[in-house]
Amino acid sequence: MTTKSATAQQQAVYVYEGPLRLWHWINALSILVLAVTGYFIGSPLPSLSGEASDHFLMGYIRFAHFAAGYILIIGFFLRIYWAFAGNGHARQIFLPPLLSSKWWSEVLHEIKWYAFIAREPKKYEGHNPLATLVMHFVFVWGIVFMMVTGLALYGEGAGLGSWQYRWFSGWVISAFGNSQNVHTWHHVGMWVIICFAIVHIYAAVREDVMSRQSIISTMISGWRTFKDTRVADDAH
Amino acid sequence: MTETFYDVLRRQGISRRSFLKFCSLTAASLGLGPEFAPTMAHALETKPRTPVLWLHGLECTCCSEAFIRSAHPLASDVILSMISLDYDDTIMAAAGHQAEAIVEEVVAKYKGNYLLAVEGNPPLNADGMYCIIGGKPFLDQLRFAAKDCKAIISWGSCASWGCVQAARPNPTQAVPVHKVIRDKPIIKVPGCPPIPEVMTAVVTYMATFDKIPELDRQGRPKMFYSQRIHDKCYRRPHFDAGQFVEAWDDDGARRGYCLYKMGCKGPTTYNACSTTRWMGGLSFPIQSGHGCIGCSEDGFWDNGSFYNRLSDIHQFGIESNADKVGATAAGVVGAAVAAHAAVSAIKRARQNGGNE
Repeated sequence: MTTKSATAQQQAVYVYEGPLRLWHWINALSILVLAVTGYFIGSPLPSLSGEASDHFLMGYIRFAHFAAGYILIIGFFLRIYWAFAGNGHARQIFLPPLLSSKWWSEVLHEIKWYAFIAREPKKYEGHNPLATLVMHFVFVWGIVFMMVTGLALYGEGAGLGSWQYRWFSGWVISAFGNSQNVHTWHHVGMWVIICFAIVHIYAAVREDVMSRQSIISTMISGWRTFKDTRVADDAH
Repeated sequence: MTETFYDVLRRQGISRRSFLKFCSLTAASLGLGPEFAPTMAHALETKPRTPVLWLHGLECTCCSEAFIRSAHPLASDVILSMISLDYDDTIMAAAGHQAEAIVEEVVAKYKGNYLLAVEGNPPLNADGMYCIIGGKPFLDQLRFAAKDCKAIISWGSCASWGCVQAARPNPTQAVPVHKVIRDKPIIKVPGCPPIPEVMTAVVTYMATFDKIPELDRQGRPKMFYSQRIHDKCYRRPHFDAGQFVEAWDDDGARRGYCLYKMGCKGPTTYNACSTTRWMGGLSFPIQSGHGCIGCSEDGFWDNGSFYNRLSDIHQFGIESNADKVGATAAGVVGAAVAAHAAVSAIKRARQNGGNE
């Protein structure tokens, strides 16, 4: 462990490795593009006039959506690979220790901290338990839902013979009853991801300011720094 | 032996030339190669006509109305001669006991060899009393006729999905045919009504090849239900360009722009309207300036307005859809975050004040 700053006596731990940080930011950018273009696919911009052959606006918006979608999907698979190849922190959002009562009590503590009941937050090298919980159930499964329904919708355009249709459209549309419901729930999924993003960004900024460890800079440099010298609650 | 389709045609004075033209046309409309036209001709010349029982449950007869308006393959009388339509209570001359006896006769005589065409669907509530045919519940007639049939054709959205009588709250408990008959191959030909040419082509295919057409996961013939209206819509270039009708009487409407923003359900509807069109290829809803309402889709009555491309989410009240619910949720989360941030800031300021 290196001591970075003499005055605050911060210790630093290398938490997020390069590929993981790269994935985080590419993923964030993909989601931004997907949400904006997705919204405009559902509720298109004001109509253009003139010849149809002069424009390709919806075409470009849809292209951006599909391209960003594929980048997100490929990124997600690489991220899963990295959960195996990377350090222990790379596995955290995929495997919340749901059977650990200590972990649940720490989730409760984190909720109390956010509810202004607890006076002081716990200190973590990785994600705090509440963050792990939300990232697993809202982000990971939310993105899986969006990838599956997204590929199902893409398969509708790609056609009956395409792998997207064969692997996704058929059973997804059957499961939802009809294509319109798949579209509807894909919209709902977008709003869930948007809500997640709002909370995620807010929590990151707030934790950075108010908790006992760094958050935002960690996702840039990979190093978690601490504001006190006490032992972290998830230290191994 | 029953006479063949070709015999019937010749008896009606239709030339061999017309017959062969019909075979080529039908082969083309089924998406088969030109080499299948002679196969079809041979089959129609040699095979005895397939006996068909056409039952009517809870329905509006729009399927029958569509069927008898088929323009290609040929006209209704020809189509009716291709199969041996032995029972159809709406258009048959016989009535009463005489008519009902035909069902039993066909079931006994052609055991396992007749086709059962079902228009409409059976209501299950009150032991099926909401639909009585010849003094007995339709449910019983359906079960009786289905027991020994070769295959079932579910005509229209009623028989395929349930349609309007099965829409919420479905007081009669009307259910599609496949919820009652589970041991027979069922070909769904949804639509309200289905496209006439699609109906006749499905019958032609089965009469010719003596097998059911290739079906998709939902049980619809792939040849007609594998693409969305949107995929083959002649207004699609306007969609890709971003040119939309914004109001029913605006310039975009006059110029024939895409009806997506007016709630056209073409992008979520599997049917062949934009390819085969209606009234002998004359037009189809989008061509006449109105969006598709998705009548061939499962549960289209319960999906909310015909003019909205998102399904209603009933848990959040009438007329709320994904975007309204989602935007509200995002707004609430945003406001909550802002409030939380404010409280956090005050708390921190106080703490810092205390530390000094």
